[in-house]
Amino acid sequence: MTEPTRDAFEQALDTREIRGRSLYVDAWHRLLKNKAAVVGLVVLAIMIVLVLVGPMLSQWDHEIPDWDHYSTPPSLETGHLFGTDAIGRDLFVRTMIGGQISLLVGLLATLVSLIIGVTYGAVAGYLGGRADNIMMRFVDAVYAMPFMFFVILLMVVFGRNIFLIFLAIGAINWLDMARIVRGQTLSLKNKDFVEAARACGATEAQVIRRHIIPNLLGVVIVYVTLTIPQVILVESFLSFLGLGVQEPLTSWGALVNEGAQELETAPWSLMFPAGFLAVTLFAFNFLGDGLRDALDPKDRL
Amino acid sequence: MLRYSLRRLASAIPTLFLLITVAFFLIRIAPGGPFDSERALPPEIEANLAAKYHLDEPLVFQYARYLWQIARLDLGPSFHYLDWTVNDLILQGAPISFTLGILALVIALVLGVAIGAWAALRQNRPADYTVMSFAMIGISIPNFVMAPLLILLFAITLGWLPAGGWEYSPSRMALPVVTLALPMIAYIARITRGSMIEVLHSSYIRTVRAKGMPEKEVILRHALKPALLPVISYLGPAAAAILTGSVVVERIFTIPGIGTYFVQGALNRDYTLVMGVVILYGIIIILFNFLVDLLYAWLDPRIRYDDGEAEA
Repeated sequence: MTEPTRDAFEQALDTREIRGRSLYVDAWHRLLKNKAAVVGLVVLAIMIVLVLVGPMLSQWDHEIPDWDHYSTPPSLETGHLFGTDAIGRDLFVRTMIGGQISLLVGLLATLVSLIIGVTYGAVAGYLGGRADNIMMRFVDAVYAMPFMFFVILLMVVFGRNIFLIFLAIGAINWLDMARIVRGQTLSLKNKDFVEAARACGATEAQVIRRHIIPNLLGVVIVYVTLTIPQVILVESFLSFLGLGVQEPLTSWGALVNEGAQELETAPWSLMFPAGFLAVTLFAFNFLGDGLRDALDPKDRL
Repeated sequence: MLRYSLRRLASAIPTLFLLITVAFFLIRIAPGGPFDSERALPPEIEANLAAKYHLDEPLVFQYARYLWQIARLDLGPSFHYLDWTVNDLILQGAPISFTLGILALVIALVLGVAIGAWAALRQNRPADYTVMSFAMIGISIPNFVMAPLLILLFAITLGWLPAGGWEYSPSRMALPVVTLALPMIAYIARITRGSMIEVLHSSYIRTVRAKGMPEKEVILRHALKPALLPVISYLGPAAAAILTGSVVVERIFTIPGIGTYFVQGALNRDYTLVMGVVILYGIIIILFNFLVDLLYAWLDPRIRYDDGEAEA
């Protein structure tokens, strides 16, 4: 085989690979047509870069106060773009650091709930029958509980450690994921193409890998995008109550809490973190909506 | 229907039991106790206190004692607000929280459904996009951000409404209720719009229109009722959202409701108070889910829970 033909052959293989995944290529194109979702995606990308790079560009530190400026409004002259808080710490850097923590908690807690939820849901759906029944009864029972209050209890019990925050949130937030994945698995299991694969002699492992998992992916992606903002919200809520991230670290929720206390004298200390938090949640929600429309053509009218 | 209701209520008992058990042991694992204070108490007093509240017994005994106590509808004495029983505290706080929550829920239902249906009738027109963008903003702004912003605008800048405190008066209740209701209005509007659009596309609506029924009748008599089903199923999560929302709102507006008790109780290791509030919340959520199922059956004749018996 000469080099050019081999290249052509490999190229042909590549295109075949792409055509094989056309569901996701299709979905990607549909997503790009959705303006709100694209805006969400771009805003999130900018937000992540800003939050990571911002603190490095600033001359201030998130812990060390600027002794000359307490509660000063945003100004270019002092170099405090977002102003300073009551003890003179730069709010721009604090907002960025807070963003890092909020996004990190959002991602990690979602990952925890993803792992638990997908495993649990897939096992229940795949086993079916009595095992499924018992497993889902358990989910129903836990579901009826006041979720947020358990997170609060967990935070009080285990102290306010940042790693426990996302473990606690993730460990409680997996129920929806388990339900969705279980429903999807249950319906996939009995689809004709799975039957066909079995008839062709595919092993259980092959069926799961080739047919069940790829078809679950869409739902899971959508759900993950919608879970991240929820988790960020829970973390902010906890930090707002003073149960979340502790000094000297901070998060958007903790900053909003501080800002709310200085509302009358220093409204900017509320406005900036609140704005960043809201814009991020906004972007995630738009992206999630767009992904749902893109990956689930059935829902489109 | 009655049989279904009874069976459904009975199935709530294990849930409630699980809730009580998990919450009981969780809060007992927490380091620190209700009588820890800055000043160390003499060991004799500590022992006496522990003995009085049976804290010196093995945990399992305390648990059994607690279950027996709850069975008699007695939530026990508060460990922090001495001379108060948890029953008294809850009876004092709950009416305040319930008033706020129910007002917010009613407002959200009326406005949310109206706005959602209105947007659905203008699908993909500028009015629809505008309203739905506002709804997305409403969902994305957390209540603990919304509340300070409302205070900043209406209490500090404009000076129209008080920034906090509690009494049963419209001016004191306005901001807390609005804070609780806004995200729910947004959710309900989105849900209503989506389901309304789906219903309006269905064939029976086309039939009704073809028969010449006036548009107003079509919408009010034929489209709205089935379009409300997803809104009904949102009531369960809505109840939970109001409960958690009340924690924030009561804190920001300094309202003495049960949400405040919960966080303070957890921080003070006021075991009985926390348990009392958790149980109350659990019951509310279970009741709401039950209500949702009943409403569903009533609105949608296809889902009658009749245990296999034919129902007339």
